[in-house]
This record gives sequence, C-alpha cells and structure tokens, in this order.
Amino acid sequence: MKLGDLTDLASRNLRESVLRNSLTTLGIAVGVASLVALLSLGVGLQQLVNRSVARTGLFDMVSVRPRQNVPFGQPGGGRRSPRDAADLTPARALDEAARKEIAALPDVLEVNPEVRFTAEARREPRSQLVMVSGMPPSSESSGNLDGMTGHFFSGPDADEAILQGDFAKLLVDAGQAPASLVGQEISLRFAQRQALPPPSAQTASGPPAGRAGPPNQEVSPDEEALGFSIVPSEKKFRVVGVTPTSNSGSGQIGFSNAGMYVPIAIAEKMQVVQGADLRGVAQSASGEGEHYAALDVRATSPTAVAQIESSISQMGFAAFSLIDVARNLRTFFAIFDLFLAIFGSLALAVASLGIINTLVMAILERRREIGVLKALGAADRDVRQLFFAEAGVMGFAGGLLGVLLGWGIGRAIQFATVFYLKRQGMNSPNIWSVPWWLVLGAIVFALIVSLASGIYPASRAARLDPVEALRYE
Amino acid sequence: MRKRNSPSAKFPVKDLRVTLRSMNVPEMTASSNGFAIRADRVSRRYKMGDALIRAVDDICLQVGAGEFLALLGASGSGKSTLLNLMAGLDRPSAGSMFALGRDLAKMSSQELATHRNRTIGMVFQSFQLLPRMTLEENVELPLRLAEVPRAERPARVQAALERVGLAARSKHRPTELSGGEQQRAAIARALVNQPMILLADEPTGNLDSKTGEEIMKLIAEIHRPAAGPGRTIVMVTHERALAERYADRIVTLSDGAISNEERLR
Repeated sequence: MKLGDLTDLASRNLRESVLRNSLTTLGIAVGVASLVALLSLGVGLQQLVNRSVARTGLFDMVSVRPRQNVPFGQPGGGRRSPRDAADLTPARALDEAARKEIAALPDVLEVNPEVRFTAEARREPRSQLVMVSGMPPSSESSGNLDGMTGHFFSGPDADEAILQGDFAKLLVDAGQAPASLVGQEISLRFAQRQALPPPSAQTASGPPAGRAGPPNQEVSPDEEALGFSIVPSEKKFRVVGVTPTSNSGSGQIGFSNAGMYVPIAIAEKMQVVQGADLRGVAQSASGEGEHYAALDVRATSPTAVAQIESSISQMGFAAFSLIDVARNLRTFFAIFDLFLAIFGSLALAVASLGIINTLVMAILERRREIGVLKALGAADRDVRQLFFAEAGVMGFAGGLLGVLLGWGIGRAIQFATVFYLKRQGMNSPNIWSVPWWLVLGAIVFALIVSLASGIYPASRAARLDPVEALRYE
Repeated sequence: MRKRNSPSAKFPVKDLRVTLRSMNVPEMTASSNGFAIRADRVSRRYKMGDALIRAVDDICLQVGAGEFLALLGASGSGKSTLLNLMAGLDRPSAGSMFALGRDLAKMSSQELATHRNRTIGMVFQSFQLLPRMTLEENVELPLRLAEVPRAERPARVQAALERVGLAARSKHRPTELSGGEQQRAAIARALVNQPMILLADEPTGNLDSKTGEEIMKLIAEIHRPAAGPGRTIVMVTHERALAERYADRIVTLSDGAISNEERLR
C-alpha cells in the first residue's frame, strides 16, 4: 500500500476510537512535554552559566608569566601551566619586546600588563584597605560592567575610579547607597617605586636619592635597572562608577577580582610596588632592562584562547587560561542534560506502554477488519505497516503536542522563577531555552519511541490468520 | 430456462488469455489444462486438542475457466475450507491447489496476497463490509491495496457500484443499507479489481429468499454478462435449489470429501 493510503487509513482508524487514541496521544504528549521542559531548563541553565562566565571575561583571557624554571640570572617567575610541561622552548624575559610579539599574534585583542596592588582608600572619615586593579579600555564593551551605576572612564589618562559595589558599601554611611559615591573624590595611599639615581649621581650627591629624594622623580628604564626605593604616595581619584553588589549577580571582573579599578595607563604610571618587583631588583642586576611580572592577553573570542595559549607557550612563557575549566563545565552540563533527558524519558516510556495497550486493543476490536483486508489482498506487510502508521501518527501528534506543552511548562517555570527572584530583590535571569534542535529532536524521539512501541502489536496483527479473523464475532 | 453453452465454448482459453494479458495477471499455463482452479489431492487437517480434524480430505477437483461451480454440503462438510484454500486464504496440509496454473502452496505470503487482490474476488455470507467506511470507500479498498493511482480510482469505483445498481448510495455507510444492498456492495468490491475468479461463500445465507434470488441473478450476470468477458465462479451454498438453477456443476461434499458430482449444463 502507498504511504498516502497508509496514513489515510491509519488516521481514519485513529478517529474511530477518538477518546482512547486521544488519551494515548496525550500520554505521549505528557512524556515529550516533561522531556522538553526538563531539557529546556538544562539548556537554559547552561546558557545562563555561559553568559555569566563570558561576562566575567575569564574565558577570553590568557595570563602570561615568565617561566618559573628559568636559568639563573635571567628574568622569570610564576608557575608553569600543564600545557608547558612538555614544552622545551627556552624561557624568555617578559619584556616590552615580548609584549609586542604577543600582541601581534592572531586573534589577540589587546595585551596589558597586570597591575594589581593593595592600597588604602580614604574618604573622610573612613579608610579601608582595598585591592586596586588596572582596567583596560576594552572592559567598557565587554559586558563586565553591566548594571553599573555611573559611567566608564572618560579617558585612558583620567584620574577616575570604578568601585566594586561591596567595597563601596564600606566607604558610605549606614543607610547610604553605594551608588551615592559616584562623582565624589577618594584618596588612594600606596607604596610607590622610586628609581635610584645612577651610580655617578649617587657618588656626586652622596646617599641614594631614592630613599631621600622627592617622589615621582623621572628616571629612565635603564637607570631604574639599577634598583629602586619604596616611598609612600597618595593620589586622588574621582569615582565615576559603582558596580552592582556581588549578591546581585556581578562583581568579579576578569582575572582581577578587585575592589577598585583605575585606568590601566594610570595604574602603570603610578609605579606602584608589586610583589614581582623584589625579584626584578635581583634580576635587573644582570642588566636585562624592564620586564613585566605578568601580562593579561585578551582574545577576540573564547574559541581562540587555546591557540593563543599554545603559541605563547611556544614563545617561552608560562601561559594560563580557564579553557580547561570551560571544558569541564561543558562536560558537567552534558552529564546534567543526560540525566534530565533520562528522567524526562521515563514519562515517555510509560506512554509507550499506553501505545502498546491501545494497539493491542485495536487488534482485538478490528480482528475481522484485518481478516477482510487480508481477504481483499493485503499482505502481512500491509497490515504491519498500517499498525506502524497508526503508532507513528500518534507519536507524531503526541510529539507536536508535547513540544507545545513542554514549551508552556518551561514558560510557566520561567515566569514563576522570575516572580520569585524579583520578590527576593534579585536579578531575574532567563533560565529556560527551547532551541530548534530540542523541538526537532523531541518530535523525532517521540516518533521513534512510538514506532518501537508499535513493533509488537504490528507483528501480532500481521500474523493473524485471515480465516480465523473472518470468523471472529 | 436459458440456453447455456459449455464453459469452454463460451470462454475459450484464447479469449481468457487476452483478458489475462490486459489485466497483468498470470496466464493459464499448459499444465493447468484450461482449468481456472485445480485441486490435486488437497487435504486440510486441523488439530483440536488430541483430535485430528480432516476438514478437507484428499480432494481432487477441477474448475474450468468460465465455469460456475456450486459446492454443496451440510455444515462442517468442508466446503468453506475448500473455498478458502482456493482463495489462498489458507494453505493445504497436503496436495496442491492451482489457480490459473500457479501452485498456491508454493507462493510466498506476499504472492498469495497479490493473488487474492488481482485474481480472486471474494463475497461472504455476512458481507464483511467495513462499517465505518462509506460504500465507495469499501469498494475502493482493493484498489488501494493494488496501489492503483488515486486518479483512476473514482471512475472504477463508480463503474463497480453502477454495475450492482448502487451508484446512488455510494456515500452511504453499510449500516444504512439493507442486507441485499450490502451484499451487492460486497460484490462490487469483489469485482472492482476485475478478478478472473469470483469465490462466494453462502452469498444468500443472510438474505431472505427474494433478495437472495436477486443476488443470485447478479452473480449469474457476472458469470455470463451481456457484454464483455465472464468469470469463473465457485459458490458455496447449502441451498440446492439455487445451485441447480444457476450453477453449471454441483459438487457435494461430505466429511471433507467429494460425495457427489453433477454436471447440470
């Protein structure tokens, strides 16, 4: 029999016992709906995590440091990433030349030195220790600052600061909103590096000028290579932005989870003493010139990170990214989705028993009809296909209905979640997503399950002895 | 009584071959010797518990092309079983059943289905129309099974219904018709694929005598139409009078075996 005739007869047969077949189809729909609802939540949660992770900027960043096991006397330090273990490329100094070389790599958006230091922030009468981090201009468009009150730095050299919400709370009076700091001035006290004058100057003027000389004395890099003194310094910043507090879903920005952000150019100019400077003092004795403790490399997209990390390792640096963490996250969600699919499929498995029951009942009721069909020339195959088609029609209809139902359930869960979170004063993220592959997959899955359920009834119907079937009353 | 010619005179083998060719059905082979159906020591035995039932026991029978054969016998004599064997609905336990020269016992189930669809038309005592379908849908069923193109079907269904006088009732369901009309619809369904052989199992058994008479006249007309080719007919009945009036030959069965054979025409 032709497919058109098969589906026509199957639909006609299904319409005859409309209540029973509708209930069976509804059973499939409920099974598919549970599958779609659970998986759409799984996919939605995965997308939510991906979005949050992407917003942190963690997954498009590569942190570059000099190798730890560098030959004695050469600049170096930091830990080796697992990727470097088998790499025998000689270690190199992380200097300006290396920075330019890294910046020239494909898919590298920008390379900035990692400037991160502890300082004391003062806003009379309060003062608070804070981790300060230099922020590159690209952070403005990265989404890191979503929800921030105020605006981004007006320029790369502006003496402006963005405060992390939780830190801002510590600088305001009780009952005052952290955002009220926007537009106000904050003093930052920090330890400044001050280069020692060259030996000739020292000899001429007596004791090292770094310890007793005026702050911010301009010294060339070559001169700095000879060492530095540490002096207290202070700088005023105008607060231009306050990020949301951490309990509202933001806070960490890139690798540097700091309380205060200043333009990277300003941070570099401040010549703040960092931990690696002490190691640099000893290494600079070899006359290698200025070098960086670490560089933050931003990729154009997270997919480019692995290649960039590999290239940097081959250049002789220790490169580290969170790409492995991202892989683990994907594995976790794959397993999570699998479990959701298994639980969702349980209802569909129960529904498949309903299909078997319905079709077996149909065989009993339509015994004579099967006999007549065979007498008129239907082959066993035709009868089998007819029952398969009936199972398939129920499966397809149930799949379609189930997707709609699942979509509705997902929407309801999303609505309830948003409602609840809003009442708790929290952000209301989208935790639900029905991608096209889920819609298509659910319908195909329902069809396959239904056809599999139809195997036994269809074979039983096909095996019916036509003579016996025609005698059946 | 009408003058009747011998089957071979009315439907010579040559004519039959022409018809068979036009219908794409297997031609009678030399081995069939001009018989539409030939039973060669056919037996059909059933096991019922420990007992072995010989429904058909070692029967040899030939039905000529274009012949009208009546199978007569009491209930349980094996006449319906023999008819089912001729139709290919059942397979013999022993012996061979030939239809148009082909051994049904050697056919696959798919070939038997095709044989039932193209070569055989069946009419039952209880009509066996599908109640949820209209008459035209019932009559269309064999065409669907034969995979006849959709465009051809309405005309063929209409022609079959016109032949039995039910063209005006094509949209009716079987339950809306009298017994006689239902049987006529069943005959239309049996004829729609233009089979060479019509097998009728007590076609008047559920009808009153007057309606039964009408159905018999219709079957006789199908057997020897005013125009066009006739058909081989095997009819199971327990009404001797009807058999004598319409059949060319009567074969009486008793306990699964042929007990008597009378050629009437």
